[in-house]
Amino acid sequence: MIAQASSPQCDSSSTSGTNNMVPIVVNGGPVNNGFNEAFVSVTVCVPSTSTCQTIDGIVVDTGSEGLRIASSALRIALPQQNTGTGAAVVQCLPFLDGVTWGPVMTADVKMAGEQANAIPVQVIGADRFAVPSSCSSQGTPEETPTDLAGNGILGIGQFDTDCGLGCTIPGASNPGLYYACSNASTCQITTQPEANQVVNPVARFASDNNGVVIQLPAVAVGGLPSLTGALIFGIGTQSNNGLGSARVFTVDASGNMRTTFNNQSYPAFIDSGSNGIFFLDTPATGLPPCPISGGFYCPPTLRQFSATTVGNNGASAVVSFNAGNIDAINATFAVVSEATGSNPGAFDWGLPFFYGRAVYTAIAGRSTPGGIGPYWAY
Amino acid sequence: MAVFVSGVSLPATLFASLGGTVSTVESDRVRMKSALVGIDQRGAYTVHSLQAPTGTTIREYYGPNGLVFGVSWQGPWQPDLRQLFGDYFDRYQAGVQRARRARGPRGRVAIDDGTLVVKIGGHQRAIAGVAYVPQLIPAGVDPGVVK
Repeated sequence: MIAQASSPQCDSSSTSGTNNMVPIVVNGGPVNNGFNEAFVSVTVCVPSTSTCQTIDGIVVDTGSEGLRIASSALRIALPQQNTGTGAAVVQCLPFLDGVTWGPVMTADVKMAGEQANAIPVQVIGADRFAVPSSCSSQGTPEETPTDLAGNGILGIGQFDTDCGLGCTIPGASNPGLYYACSNASTCQITTQPEANQVVNPVARFASDNNGVVIQLPAVAVGGLPSLTGALIFGIGTQSNNGLGSARVFTVDASGNMRTTFNNQSYPAFIDSGSNGIFFLDTPATGLPPCPISGGFYCPPTLRQFSATTVGNNGASAVVSFNAGNIDAINATFAVVSEATGSNPGAFDWGLPFFYGRAVYTAIAGRSTPGGIGPYWAY
Repeated sequence: MAVFVSGVSLPATLFASLGGTVSTVESDRVRMKSALVGIDQRGAYTVHSLQAPTGTTIREYYGPNGLVFGVSWQGPWQPDLRQLFGDYFDRYQAGVQRARRARGPRGRVAIDDGTLVVKIGGHQRAIAGVAYVPQLIPAGVDPGVVK
């Protein structure tokens, strides 16, 4: 049985196995600059010890892989991952809106009753190793909780590791995500075996490790200051994470499905780390940009849209959504379902898509009752 | 290692791309270790397509005056934006910083500061971006051609 989306509960007594559910809150977050961002608490420990810290305000991101923690939020000393020759492994991960730079460290990662032992995580910040220009030239470094709009990022997307095969191969095809730093100012791009790459923690849980379910209640037009929901680990592994009537949408080699809008088909994806429904552009939608909230649309009156999501497997479903004038919404409201914005030539179904739904993200190569990942289901 | 793009700093004019002259397309190609896979003459403008070894495709759009008015990219990894944006890279960074302060879009980039337009969308392993300088777009050409 899937818990009602309108009243997700994190009650371990409702399941017979490992407690696989942690509460989500959508609010302003730890530095009060969050907008449509979902947060959870994550416990990290020095591996195989009881030296642990629970960090709240970690952004739930189904569009990336791996746990990343702002160095200012981390108070325990995690062990540094080193290369075979003793250099520190440091990562430059390009996100769309910036890069995260900082050392790869090893931690036991715990959420609810789940635990990933001694996994690589990234500690974000340039306080130990200067950002090389080859990293900053890929984007603007995000270093602080203000930059990140959170104390860290929990990447629980469709993949296992944050890079994969490309980072294991030397030469020009290497995307240059991992560096070996022999001292604070000497860092060179290096190869990184997949086993040592920063990893989706869910993929390393002992069980409930084939994906996640995010359940959030519906949000009425006008918005809310905050919202609570649930992050459930595993798909079809326990009584609380079955697919039920959810439809499975498989993806292409790039990790995209399609969305049809006004009889045209566009690449599309579902991403809890995007804080609006970002689709097409002003000529295609008739929606004007916001004078204040740049990048979002601000129609003078509420507009209703519908589009059809289509999986690589041919599954399809109609999605109805609203576009509203978010410049006119109470600036203290962090939960706004009608937040939309531009994304030329594509559909990014961000967090507002999750409101009122249970959304499943299956990890590549993992078996589930809905087939082998990767896929999304809702 | 020499095989990787290094952080060697060169004079900005040498690897200015957006706003630079068409000759900088060659500099981009060399610097990003990319193959020139196509030259497409489309009337009032020309498109050079580059294929980076990381799998990302880059397009550079230039007009009859030889100036690059737009760039776009698509693929698993972000290209070297400092290289691609040239003298506009600082302006791009300032736009990103502004968006972080305001109620800005997260998980994507949407900058239009009147001089530079940048839009980046997608997710890890599938990124697409466009950037153009409206004042440099040849007369009669729609900015939407940069894609």
